Amino acid sequence: MKVKSLVIRAEGTNCDLETVEALKLAGSEVDLLHFNRILRNPSLLEEYQLLVFPGGFSYGDCISAGKIFADLLGAGLRKELNKFVEAGKPVMGVCNGFQVLIKLGLLPFSKDFVQQASLVVNSTGYFIDKWVYLKYNERSKCIFTKDSPNVIYLPINHKEGRFVAPEKILNKMLENNQIVYQYSSQSGDVEERYNPNGSFLNIAAVCNEFGNVFGIMPHPEKYVNKYQHPAWTRYQNLKEEGEGILIYRNAVNFARKF
Amino acid sequence: MISVKVFKISSYSDEDLLRLNDELDLNLSLDELRAIKKFYSEKSRQATDLELHTFSQVWSEHCFHKTFKSRIKFGNEEIDGIFKTYIFKATKELNKSWCLNTFSDNAGIIEFDDRYAIAVKVETHNHPTALDPFCGAHTGMGGVYRDILGVGARPIASMDYLFFGPLDITNEHVPHGFYHPKITVKRVVEAIADYGNKVGIPTVNGSMFFDVGYVTNPLVYAGCVGIIPKARYIKQPKPGDLILVIGGKTGRDGIHGASFASASLSGVSSEIYYSAVQVGNPIEEKKIIDAILRARDEYEKPLYSLITDLGGGGLAVAVCESFKDLGCRIDLSSVQLKHSNMAPWEIWVSESQERMLISVPKENLEKILEIFEEEGVGVNLIGEVEKSNRVSVYFKEEVVGDIDLNFLFKGIPLPRMKAEIPKLTNQEEVLLEDEEDYTQSLLEVLSHPNISSKEWAIRQYDHEVGARTILKPLQGVNGEGPGDAAVIKPLYDSWKGIVISNGGNPNYSSDPYAMALSAIDEAIRNNVSCGGRRIALLDNFSWGDPNDPLELGKLVLAAKGCYDGAIAFDAPFISGKDSLYNVYHDGKKSISIPPTLMITAIGIIPDVRKSVTTDFKRSGNYIYIIGFTYDELGGSAFFKLKGINGGKIPTVYPERARQIYDRIIKAIDRGLIKACHDCSEGGIAVALAEMCIGGYLGAEVNLDKIPTNLTRKYKILFSESNSRFIVEVAQGYEREFEHLMRGVSYAKIGYVISEKELIINSSKKKIVNASLQDMIRYWKSTLAF
Repeated sequence: MKVKSLVIRAEGTNCDLETVEALKLAGSEVDLLHFNRILRNPSLLEEYQLLVFPGGFSYGDCISAGKIFADLLGAGLRKELNKFVEAGKPVMGVCNGFQVLIKLGLLPFSKDFVQQASLVVNSTGYFIDKWVYLKYNERSKCIFTKDSPNVIYLPINHKEGRFVAPEKILNKMLENNQIVYQYSSQSGDVEERYNPNGSFLNIAAVCNEFGNVFGIMPHPEKYVNKYQHPAWTRYQNLKEEGEGILIYRNAVNFARKF
Repeated sequence: MISVKVFKISSYSDEDLLRLNDELDLNLSLDELRAIKKFYSEKSRQATDLELHTFSQVWSEHCFHKTFKSRIKFGNEEIDGIFKTYIFKATKELNKSWCLNTFSDNAGIIEFDDRYAIAVKVETHNHPTALDPFCGAHTGMGGVYRDILGVGARPIASMDYLFFGPLDITNEHVPHGFYHPKITVKRVVEAIADYGNKVGIPTVNGSMFFDVGYVTNPLVYAGCVGIIPKARYIKQPKPGDLILVIGGKTGRDGIHGASFASASLSGVSSEIYYSAVQVGNPIEEKKIIDAILRARDEYEKPLYSLITDLGGGGLAVAVCESFKDLGCRIDLSSVQLKHSNMAPWEIWVSESQERMLISVPKENLEKILEIFEEEGVGVNLIGEVEKSNRVSVYFKEEVVGDIDLNFLFKGIPLPRMKAEIPKLTNQEEVLLEDEEDYTQSLLEVLSHPNISSKEWAIRQYDHEVGARTILKPLQGVNGEGPGDAAVIKPLYDSWKGIVISNGGNPNYSSDPYAMALSAIDEAIRNNVSCGGRRIALLDNFSWGDPNDPLELGKLVLAAKGCYDGAIAFDAPFISGKDSLYNVYHDGKKSISIPPTLMITAIGIIPDVRKSVTTDFKRSGNYIYIIGFTYDELGGSAFFKLKGINGGKIPTVYPERARQIYDRIIKAIDRGLIKACHDCSEGGIAVALAEMCIGGYLGAEVNLDKIPTNLTRKYKILFSESNSRFIVEVAQGYEREFEHLMRGVSYAKIGYVISEKELIINSSKKKIVNASLQDMIRYWKSTLAF
């Protein structure tokens, strides 16, 4: 039996097609549904083993990025989402999806739907499209990044990607190894000069306390084959498969048990 | 009570007609007003305001392109319409089977593969941008995406070509009522980023050009490429089909946009025409795209029988054009409004953004409404298609307009225009003494705003949403080098790609014919440089006042160049657009923009994995030049830098160019080329520098080996002759490469080096010795806000 994944889109979602493509490549069966349809029939969620919130500008990112979508989800699907997460099923948000999960309060801690951190406007003030190196935290229990290389390379495409949180929360995240990827140099040095958006602790991706909810600002679905790399014409030794596919494959493999 | 005014225009004198023209802001000519009067006299009818506004919109330059259709006396020549005689003639003569739809729908449509077609459109949004840079550019993007959606295609990539006043102009040289170019640049880039990023269309190709001629009239060209399954292209409305407006509500924004776009600007335009600029909402547009594509794909056949966008002239133009072979009945009372007290004519001509017009067979209505509801897209059922040859417009039961489609589309009296043959000025030879060293000149040319890095803007645009962008606009080790063209892989299950490039240089406008040929050559060679072939072209003219015989003469010459270039390169035009009256009146005199022709080239590449970037790859590899260097520094970046007028504008030798392009493509397909970059602004010197910057490597080159008859070094370094490439070939492949290049001008001129510097030698002396750091610094410092 193939794993069934659900990609939820809303007004302004725009990375849905490549997300579906990455999940298919990772061996999943995928449905792409509008949030409005799920809202009409929330029990639909039970049919799926993996839930993905893709990138984009849900509801125009009005108020702040992902805020409206998060509020609508909280109001309409709270019970079903809670059940999904409590069962240990994997949930993933990329870029706007990450912003949604943070504002919904499923990240960094999946408890009581209380927002405890935020993703705010980049310190430059601008949207930025750029490829970045990400240092992996090997001690993280994130199920999405099992066997990740020490450093991976992915594009960021966002205006509100600066991760901020109170020190208490940051410390708790550090303690639990919930910081999964940090912006770094090619060799994995996590320093301020490699930080593209002013994120606290160079945070690029986090997981919840159990490792089954994952949010990442860079786009793994945009690097699933070699020819999406920005300098593929230079490097003969690049693998045919891009580094982002690992995350989807891990998710699909993990979801199999549900 | 609704307000419809009627006018007994059959009894109007010329004076009355002109007064009416002013009162209603119709922007019609006296000849046109007289034709309308004659029509109404014959029918013994009165005209309603809505009907008069319909003529104003449909007959506007913006919608009807009168100048391109009119007869022109050009010296002793009699030209039966620029469009028919030059642009479309080339398309007709070339008669390509892969051209599926040219110049007849919202976008040009060409074949991609057995299953899919490519749709392309480039629009100008100049007048609105002058008044409100953010909203103008914003809605420019929105409009061109809807053009693509208007043929049922999914927008997958966009382009923008921008023209501004100089960044360093002092405030006293910016006329009252206009923005400083710095503000315009920032706002325009911000708007393109906002709209494109939010809708999720990657902005993959573009250009930015600065000249004092654009201070009062900045130009924004917005382009979009889409993809559609061939079998899903449909435009067959039938009597009985229902007519729907979908998307946002209709308001007073954008009233008179089309007629305003056909007028010239002055300092007070912003007050008079404020309502003519529309306000955009990218998320509304994204919803429409999602909904339409579902309506296109979810069933065996598209649920609609016709789709078109609501652009210039609003419902008036879209309805009349869509059903011009049939007719229809419209009830404006069912249009959802932003303001409660809009007159019917205002609803009819409003250009509120993010709306589409569709017709739907009755049996599909329920299904399509279900989709729109789920996607949150507003729907207004406004009428029904009829076989009546007229558009009958109602407001509830009351007739507010009755438009005879035959007269509307055939009754316009086209003016006979006069064009003067422009004299080629400023082309006298300029001879400079050679300098010892050109390092500083090169660095300064690199920092010229037209040449310098556009990274500041490009990184604000999402250029890879959709994950289809194979060659990105920034290339090389650190993503610092410029690309020649973008390569898009439109389908997730095929390696075939679309190659998107552009060409155009208003610095060459003193010779409009050569400028047009150069623009076509540049667009094509940028495409070829990455591996593009089977090229289709789009023409976009932004010009001054066509009633000025000299301006019109330049337009004729440029159009001639378009015809000759298209035929010579076997590359048909598939779509185009003109924006005229880009003129500023300061009370005493009129200032036109430099004649600005932009050419877009759309090629295909059978396998994107073979495409080539501009960055040098490896030290030790050989550097070749392909093509011949002539004494062509007229309008060059080097002469600009030195403050020199004159010199010959680059021309094109298409026979030779085509031989070169065929060979480059063969070499790319065989994998012989490691890097390829065309020589354009700044000539050979700049091309070499940019390849070093991208590759983060150096190069050592011998100037004396470059094929040319020139002896002056500055000419060889900086001439902007067309049809030339710098090519990097890996060691061991040079024999095969040279074999392939036999018959065209080429030479091995040096090699890539690991030392971070560009060295150009002549007579055993270094005439350029620039460090990579300096080149990067100069190249990147100009456009950094």
